[in-house]
Amino acid sequence: MVPIDAVFALGIALFVLGLFGVLFRKNLVVMLMSLELVLNGLNVILAGLGFHLRSPRGSIFAIFVILMAVAEAAVGFALILSYFRQKKTYDIDKLNELKG
Amino acid sequence: MPILSLVTFFPLAGAVLLLALPRGRGKAVKLTANIVTGLEFAATLLLLRGFDPGTAEMQFVERAPWIKSAGIQYLLGLDGISLLLVLLTSLLTFLATLSSWKAVAHRLKEYYVFLLLLEVGMIGVFVSLDLILFYVFWEIMLVPMYFLIGIWGGERKLYAAIKFFLYTLFGSVMMLIGILVVRGHYGTFDWTAMTGAGTFLPAALQGWVFLAFALGFAIKVPMFPFHTWLPDAHVEAPTAGSVILAGVLLKMGTYGFVRFSLPLFPEASRKFAPLMVGLALTAIVYGALVSLMQKDMKKLVAYSSVSHMGFVILGLFAFTPLAVKGAVLQMINHGISTGALFLIVGVLYERRHTRLIADFGGLSSRMPVTAAVFLVMAMSSIGLPGLNGFIGEFMILMGVFPVNWVWTAVAGLGIVLGAGYMLWLYQRVMFGRLESPANASLADLSAREFATFFPLIVLAFWIGIFPKPFLAVIDKPVEKIVRIIHPETAAAAVGSGPAEVR
Amino acid sequence: MFAWIPLFPLLGALANGLLGIKFFSRKAVQAVGVGSVALSFLASAASFVALLRGSEDVLVARLFSWIPPSLVPLADGGTAAFAVDLAFRYDSLAAVMTLVVTGVGLLIHVYSVGYMAHDRSFARFFAYLNLFTFAMLVLVLGANLAVLFIGWEGVGLCSYLLIGFWFSKDAAAAAGKKAFLTNRVGDFGFILGIGVLLFVLGTIDLGSINRLAGEGALTKGAATAAALLLFIGATGKSAQIPLYTWLPDAMEGPTPVSALIHAATMVTAGVYMVARLHALFTLSGLALDVIALVGAGTAVYAATMALVQFDIKRVLAYSTISQIGYMFLGLGSGAYAAGVFHLMTHAFFKALLFLAAGSVIHALSGEQDMRKMGGLRSRVPTTYRVFLVGALAISGVPGLSGFFSKDEILASAFASGPTVAWALGVLGAGMTAFYIFRLIFLTFFGPERMDEAARLRCHESPPVMTVPLRILAFLSAFGGFVGLPHLLGGGAWFGKFLESSTGRHAGHLAAGTEALLMALSAGVGLAGIYGAYVVYVRKRGAPAFRLKERFGALHRLVFRKYFVDEFYDGILVGGILRLGRLAGGFDLKVIDGLVDGAAALTRRLSKISIFFDGRVVDGAVNGVGAVHRHASRLLRRVQTGYVYNYALAVVFGLVIIMALVVTVF
Repeated sequence: MVPIDAVFALGIALFVLGLFGVLFRKNLVVMLMSLELVLNGLNVILAGLGFHLRSPRGSIFAIFVILMAVAEAAVGFALILSYFRQKKTYDIDKLNELKG
Repeated sequence: MPILSLVTFFPLAGAVLLLALPRGRGKAVKLTANIVTGLEFAATLLLLRGFDPGTAEMQFVERAPWIKSAGIQYLLGLDGISLLLVLLTSLLTFLATLSSWKAVAHRLKEYYVFLLLLEVGMIGVFVSLDLILFYVFWEIMLVPMYFLIGIWGGERKLYAAIKFFLYTLFGSVMMLIGILVVRGHYGTFDWTAMTGAGTFLPAALQGWVFLAFALGFAIKVPMFPFHTWLPDAHVEAPTAGSVILAGVLLKMGTYGFVRFSLPLFPEASRKFAPLMVGLALTAIVYGALVSLMQKDMKKLVAYSSVSHMGFVILGLFAFTPLAVKGAVLQMINHGISTGALFLIVGVLYERRHTRLIADFGGLSSRMPVTAAVFLVMAMSSIGLPGLNGFIGEFMILMGVFPVNWVWTAVAGLGIVLGAGYMLWLYQRVMFGRLESPANASLADLSAREFATFFPLIVLAFWIGIFPKPFLAVIDKPVEKIVRIIHPETAAAAVGSGPAEVR
Repeated sequence: MFAWIPLFPLLGALANGLLGIKFFSRKAVQAVGVGSVALSFLASAASFVALLRGSEDVLVARLFSWIPPSLVPLADGGTAAFAVDLAFRYDSLAAVMTLVVTGVGLLIHVYSVGYMAHDRSFARFFAYLNLFTFAMLVLVLGANLAVLFIGWEGVGLCSYLLIGFWFSKDAAAAAGKKAFLTNRVGDFGFILGIGVLLFVLGTIDLGSINRLAGEGALTKGAATAAALLLFIGATGKSAQIPLYTWLPDAMEGPTPVSALIHAATMVTAGVYMVARLHALFTLSGLALDVIALVGAGTAVYAATMALVQFDIKRVLAYSTISQIGYMFLGLGSGAYAAGVFHLMTHAFFKALLFLAAGSVIHALSGEQDMRKMGGLRSRVPTTYRVFLVGALAISGVPGLSGFFSKDEILASAFASGPTVAWALGVLGAGMTAFYIFRLIFLTFFGPERMDEAARLRCHESPPVMTVPLRILAFLSAFGGFVGLPHLLGGGAWFGKFLESSTGRHAGHLAAGTEALLMALSAGVGLAGIYGAYVVYVRKRGAPAFRLKERFGALHRLVFRKYFVDEFYDGILVGGILRLGRLAGGFDLKVIDGLVDGAAALTRRLSKISIFFDGRVVDGAVNGVGAVHRHASRLLRRVQTGYVYNYALAVVFGLVIIMALVVTVF
C-alpha cells in the first residue's frame, strides 16, 4: 500500500517538472513532451486518489485525460510539423505571430 | 438485427470510409463509392426476405428513445409503400453513382461523400415514423443536394442551388409548424400511435394543418404553381443529381401525402381534394404544354416530370383503391423512366457538352443502342402498354373515372400531349439527317453506360408485363389508407365479402 | 394451342432485334423473320381446324393475372373488383383475323425478302415487321379491352417505327410521328370508352361486355357514350374522318409496310374492334348511324382525293381509307359479318395492289409519280396481270372477291342503314372503279414517260416477289366465294361461321331487291371502269385536263386534300404549340417572376435594413469600437507574441489565485 502522500509527491514533482519544461525550454517538441509530463503528473494524482478513496472515478477520469492527451499530442505534433515546414526550425523564439 | 438502421446508415459508414481514403487516389474513391452503393442496394433487397406483404402494419420496427424530454423517438419502420421507395432509392443512387464515373472530374471525394449522405437522408425519410425524425431526415437531405448542384452544377448553378434550397426550406418550415400542432393534439410524435389512436384533429384545425403539410409536400412534388425550382435545379444539376432529384426527391413529396396527409387528416383531405385535383390537372396539361416548347432537353424532361407527378397527385386524391395503388406504382414508374431519360441526356451531354435539342439530330445512325434505349424509355414515359408507365396511368385513369369522368378526360389530354413532346424530342434528336459534323463521330454506349440502363429497362418491362409483385406489397397499406378516408366504402366491401368479379 | 400463335413472331422479333442486327447473316435474318410468321400461320391454321372440329364456340386462355384486383365504385353505387388478366380469346372472328394477319403477313414477309434485299438495315426491318405481327395478333386475340389495347398501341408503335424506317429522311420521321400522335388522339376516346364500360359494367372483359350488353345491363345513354368514345379510337386507328390525315403520309414507309400495316391489317383494327363489341354497338342506334354515316362519308370523300393524286402509293392510300369506310358502313348497318368479310377480301386485294405497286416502283428504281410511268404492260407483264386482278376485285366486278363483300355491305346498308349512307356507298363504288383504272391506264398503258436511264434499268421483279403476288391474286379473285350469297347458289358460309362471335344480321331483303342491288353495284363498277377507259385511253386524258381547267379551284381544293392538313397543322397543332409557348412564357415571366420577385423584394427589404444598420446601429457599434481601439493600443505592448510569456503569465496568475484562495479560506 503506497501512502497517499507519496502519490501526491510524485504527482506534484512530475507536474512541476513538466511546467518548467513548458515555460523555459525553447524547443517546441520538448515543450510538447513536457506538456505530457504535466498531464501525467495529474494522472498519477487522480488514479492514486481514486484508489485511496476506493472510487473508480479517479481512474475513469485519468483515462479521459489520457485520451485527451493522445488527441492533443496528435494535433499538437501536426501543428508543429506544419510549422516546421514553413519555418524550418523548432525554435519557439521565432514564433511570435501573436504579437499585438 | 436492426436491419433498417443498418440500411439507413450504411452509406454514412461508406462516406466515412471515403473520407479516409487519400486524396490522389481518384480511382479508389470511385470504386469504393460504387461498391458501397451497390452493397446498399443489395442490403435493401435483403429487406424483401423478411417482408410480409399480407399486412398493412409497419414492419421491422425499431424504437428507441432519442430526446426524452421532448418525447422524440428514434422510430423506424416500413410498409409496402416505403419498401418500394427504399428499393427505388438504393437502385437509383447506385446507378447515379455508376453514371458519374467519367462525368465528374474534380473534387471526387467530396462528390461521392455528398451522394452517400444524400442517400442516408432519402432512405431515412422513407423509413422514419417519428415526425421529428422524419423532419430531420427531410432537412438533412437538402444539404448534400445543395452542394451537389452548387459545386458540380452548370453555369447558373448557384442561382439554382439557392433557389432549390430556399424554396424547399420554406415549405418544410410550414410543415414543422404543422408537426408541432399535431403533437399538441396527440401528445406524441409517433406516427403509429397517431394512426392507432382512432381520433383525428378537430375539423377546423385539420384544414390548417393539412395545408401546412401540403405546402411542404407540394413544393417537393412539385405541384403547380410551386414547380419553378425544378427546371432550374435540373438543368444546373450534374446528371446524377438530376437522376436522384427526379427519381427520388420528387417522390418524397407524394410519399408525404400518402404517409401523413391522407391518414392523419382524412377529413381535410376530402375537403381539399377538389383543390388538389384541380392543381394536379393543371399541372398535367400545363407541364405538358410547357415541355412542348422547351429547347433544352433537360428542361423538357423536367417539365414532363411536373406533368407526370400531376398524375400521381390526381390518383392519390381520387381515394379509390385502384387510383391510389396506381398512383403509388406511378411514383416508382416515374423514377424509372425519368431517371433513365436524365441518364440519356447525361450520356449525350458527356459527348457533346450541350443539351440543346437543336444541336442534335440523326443520332440514330451513329448510336443505335442509345437510340433503342431512348425509345424504350420514351415509350415507358408516354405510357405504352407493355411497359411500366401504362400500368400506373391506366390504373389512375380508371380509378379516377368513377369519381369524376371529367378528371379522366382532362388527364387524358395530358397523355396525348405527352406523346407529342416526347416523340417530337425523339424525332429531333435521333431521327433526321445527321447534319452537325460534331455529331458524326459520336461513340455509342459503353459497357458501363449500358449497365446503368439495363436494370431500368428490365424493370420497365417487368412492371409493364407482370406488375403483380409490385402491386402485391402496396395492396394492404393502400387499402388501409383508403379505409381511413372513406370508412363507408370499406364497410361495403367488407360486407359483400370478396368483391364480386363479373 | 392458339396462345402459341403470337409467340413465334415475338421470338422472331427478339432474335432479329437483339442478335440479328449484329450477328446474323442476311440468310439467317430472313429465315428467322419469315419462318416465325410461317410457324404462326401454321398454328393459326391448326387452331382454325380445331375450332371447326371442336364443340366450343369460344376458347379462352388465361396466361396470368396482369393487374391484380382493386376495388372501384360503380355507377349503380356498388363496388367491383377491377382486375385484368393477360388472357387470349379465340372464336370465329379471332380465327378469321389470325388467318388473315398471319397469311397475308407471311406473303408480305416473303415479298420483303426481295424488296428490301438491298437495304442496310435488313435485320431491323424484319425485327420490326415481326414485332408488328406479334402486336397485331395480340390485338385480335386479346380477351379484354386492356390486352386489346396492348396490341392496339403496339401496332401503333410498330407503325411509327416502320413509317420512319428510313429515319434520316425528315418526311419519313415526321410522318411516323404524325401517325402516332393522330392515333393518340383516338386513344384518348378509346380510354374514356373503357372507363365508361368499367364504370357501368364493372368489367372490361370482351365476352362479359357483350353478354351484359345483351342482357340489358346497359342503359341506352351509357351504351351510346361508350360506343361513340370507342369509335373515336377506331377513327384514329382506321383512318376515318376526322383522323385520317396520317395514312397518306404514312406512305413514306417501305412499300411492304404500306401493304401489311396500312392496308391489310392494322388500319382494319377499328373495324375488328367494333365487330368484336357488336352487342354494345347494337344497343345504340345513334352510334350505329354515326358509324354508318362516317363510313360512307369517308368512302366518298377519300375516293375524291384518290381521283386526282399522281403518287401511285397515295392513290392506294386514299383508296384504303375509302374501303375502310365501306367496312364501317357495313358495321353501322348492323351487318358486322359483312364488314369483316370486306375486311378480309380487302386485305387480299389491297395487299396485292400495294405489293404490285411496290413491284412497279422497284422496277423503276424508286419512281412513284405516275406521270413518269406509262406503257409498263409489256415490261413487267406479271405485275401487270396481278395488278389487273386486284383492280377488278376492288372495282366490284362480279365474280371477284370485292364484288361479294361490297355487295353485301351495300345490301345491308340499303336494308337497315341510313339511306343517305347507302347512296353514298353506291356513288363511292363508281369512283373506286374509276380511280383504280385511272391508275392502271396511267401506269401500264399509253406512251412510256420515264426518262432514258429508268427505261433501261426497268425489269420484272424476282420470283421471291412475284410468287406472293400470284398467290394474293388468286385469293383476290376467288377469296370471295367463301361468302357466296344464297341468291347465287352459295350458302353465305362466311357470315354463318362468324355468327357465333358477331351475332346474326337482322335485315333481310326480298330476293328481287337483292338481285337488283347486285346488278346496280356491278353496273356502277363497270361504268366506272368504262369511264376511266374513255378518259385515259381513248381520249388520252384530255377530258381530265379540260375538267381541271374548267374547275380549277375545285381541282385545287381536292388535289390539296381539301386543305385539311393545313387546317390541322395551322389551327390545331399550331394552336397547341402557341399555347405551349404561352404557357412557357407564363411560367418564366409570371410564376418564376413571382418567385424571383419575392426574392428581389426580400433583397430590397434587406437593403433598407442595411442602410439602417449602417447609419444607426453601426454608428453606435462603431463608436464603441473606436473607444476600444484606442484603449487597446496601450495594451498591445503587453503582447510580445511569445507563447512562453503567455504561459508564464498564466502560471503566475494561477499561483496568485491559489494563494488568494488559501489565504482567504
